[in-house]
Amino acid sequence: MTDSVHRQERTTGAGGVLITPADLAGGGVRGDDPDIRGKFGVFGGRYVPEALIPALDEVAAEYEKAKTDLDFIREFDHLLRTYAGRPTTITEVPRFAEQAGGARMLLKREDLTHTGAHKINNVLGQALLTKRLGKTRVIAETGAGQHGVATATAAALMGLECVIYMGAVDCERQALNVARMKLLGATVVPVTNGSQTLKDAINEAFRDWVTNVDRTHYLFGTVAGPHPFPEIVRDFARVIGVEARRQVLELTGRLPDAVAAAVGGGSNAIGIFHAFLDDEDVQLHGYEAGGRGAENGEHALTLTKGSIGVLHGSRTYVLQDEEGQTIESHSISAGLDYPGVGPEHAWLKDSGRAVYHGVTDAEAMEAFSLLARTEGIIPAIESSHALAGALKLGRELGPEATILVNLSGRGDKDMGTAMKYFNL
Amino acid sequence: MTTLQTVFEKARAENRSALVGYLPAGFPSKDGAVAAATAMVEAGCDVIEIGLPYSDPLMDGPTIQDAVHRSLVNGTRISDVMRTVEGVAASGAATLVMTYWNPVDRYGAERFARDLASAGGAGTITPDLTPEESEPWLAASKEAGIDTVFLVAPSSPDERISRVASCCTGFVYAASLMGVTGARESVGSAAEGLVKRTRSHTSLPICVGLGVGNGRQAAEVAAYADGVIVGSAFIRRLLDAPDEKTGLAEVRELAQELARGVRR
Repeated sequence: MTDSVHRQERTTGAGGVLITPADLAGGGVRGDDPDIRGKFGVFGGRYVPEALIPALDEVAAEYEKAKTDLDFIREFDHLLRTYAGRPTTITEVPRFAEQAGGARMLLKREDLTHTGAHKINNVLGQALLTKRLGKTRVIAETGAGQHGVATATAAALMGLECVIYMGAVDCERQALNVARMKLLGATVVPVTNGSQTLKDAINEAFRDWVTNVDRTHYLFGTVAGPHPFPEIVRDFARVIGVEARRQVLELTGRLPDAVAAAVGGGSNAIGIFHAFLDDEDVQLHGYEAGGRGAENGEHALTLTKGSIGVLHGSRTYVLQDEEGQTIESHSISAGLDYPGVGPEHAWLKDSGRAVYHGVTDAEAMEAFSLLARTEGIIPAIESSHALAGALKLGRELGPEATILVNLSGRGDKDMGTAMKYFNL
Repeated sequence: MTTLQTVFEKARAENRSALVGYLPAGFPSKDGAVAAATAMVEAGCDVIEIGLPYSDPLMDGPTIQDAVHRSLVNGTRISDVMRTVEGVAASGAATLVMTYWNPVDRYGAERFARDLASAGGAGTITPDLTPEESEPWLAASKEAGIDTVFLVAPSSPDERISRVASCCTGFVYAASLMGVTGARESVGSAAEGLVKRTRSHTSLPICVGLGVGNGRQAAEVAAYADGVIVGSAFIRRLLDAPDEKTGLAEVRELAQELARGVRR
């Protein structure tokens, strides 16, 4: 992107444009954008059947054009404002923060977006991209069902045919979301092979894509997968951090001391982290699903316990055995139940810019219940991992600290799990 | 060890295409895989691809997924894959390993290439390794003296075909259609065009895979390709058989039919 485009949009943008080309793609000035092969350091790249390379090239080329096309950006911005409900607010939660050693706690309310989670941001961007590509059909994988619901929503809005692949186990855990997707006109295909969760849904979506690629866009739901998905999904989620950074500055007069987010594939975390990458004093903390605990192997601690490998087209940290077979992950939260993670997180971990920790099912459920009781907000169990992490972080950083937490989604979809867990 | 070069020279001398059969290691059992592959060779397969079972086979259709899953449940490890290669190579066929990249990456590219060569393996087919990421594997394979086969697809533009072909030794694998593995009613019409386009970028033999399941289709493909690759149809015979013995007989019969096909 040229400087003149950048400045021009900054100027016209002052009148109320929510996002600018700079906001979308990080201004094209960052040194951390993936290189031509889609690499973040040694991570990322493309490990896919050759048959898909032209489609990935096509998506990458179209996105390169779109991200500096002011018409595209205005359309995306318009949808974010008038359809998704952006900007989302920041809520200070003092009663919750009492349990965090008195640190100041601010929640970025992605739970208040249309469809109830941050996933809508990426989906609207990619649905617009699908139209630019001249394709009429979208497919997507989903774990918790949030990305599936968001994709079905955008497909309904834009008149695209929509097929969602969802692990059979997840279909059961998230029956309500299956019904929502169907109501929105999508076909939901339960995936019964392998572990019947998110990773197998992704395999199945890739199989569909290679078969129907001429008319289909794979509307990838997280910052993982082959290049250019990690970059595209990040850019469309980036608005979370761009807004939050401005809002925290406005509210407190300074930047937060730390930003906390849950990490499954990593899109909500990258979405809120990315605008803070250059703010070296702002700590970035990602919280992975510790499941039943790191000791017994039932977890989704990809970054904290995994090793470097290739999964779903990307070199990144992976839960795998010594022969490279993927190990099934576990989490009470379907959205974090994934044995891989986005390559940019792998790079942020190895560079030390972000720190990643585990939060167990029990800790997450405690934070879930605590936020509901102290603040009247029922968070998604995914986001509850970030909340549980922020509680620990607050105790460490002390009462002077301000912590920004990405409340990536709301908990309505999790009531079945909560009823069982808390015996409600 | 029989090399791919020997196989294609022999086939050319006989004025026919080569027949390539696929089976995953450890399926229907560890010894059963060697027995089935040996039967395939005896019945006319020139090349055997031994699949390395992987937990996330995203290019494979339901038949191979099923077989691979059973193999993993049987506890198949890379050492078993190497032993299978050793057993099959003894039958006189050029023996390849078809593998997704992660198991090789994890095992260590140099170690894998070395161990495969010592087992008598002739090379590998790597369906999710693109030229951009292939450098470590090309170097390790060259060092170990084994061939590297990569795939081109109907969607591949000429510059990709040229790039992929330049990474190949032994032969180029042309995917007949856009899709995953599995026998189909008819072989994609795109296959012939793809083979034609690929010829202008390489002098290597070109083999066609995906969707071939009977003698008629084998003959059809053999008319324009140097080799015909069949996988799922063999596996289907083994999956549907009431026991390994019957399965073996079925596999042998199919290989004979295909072998007649490539000679038509």
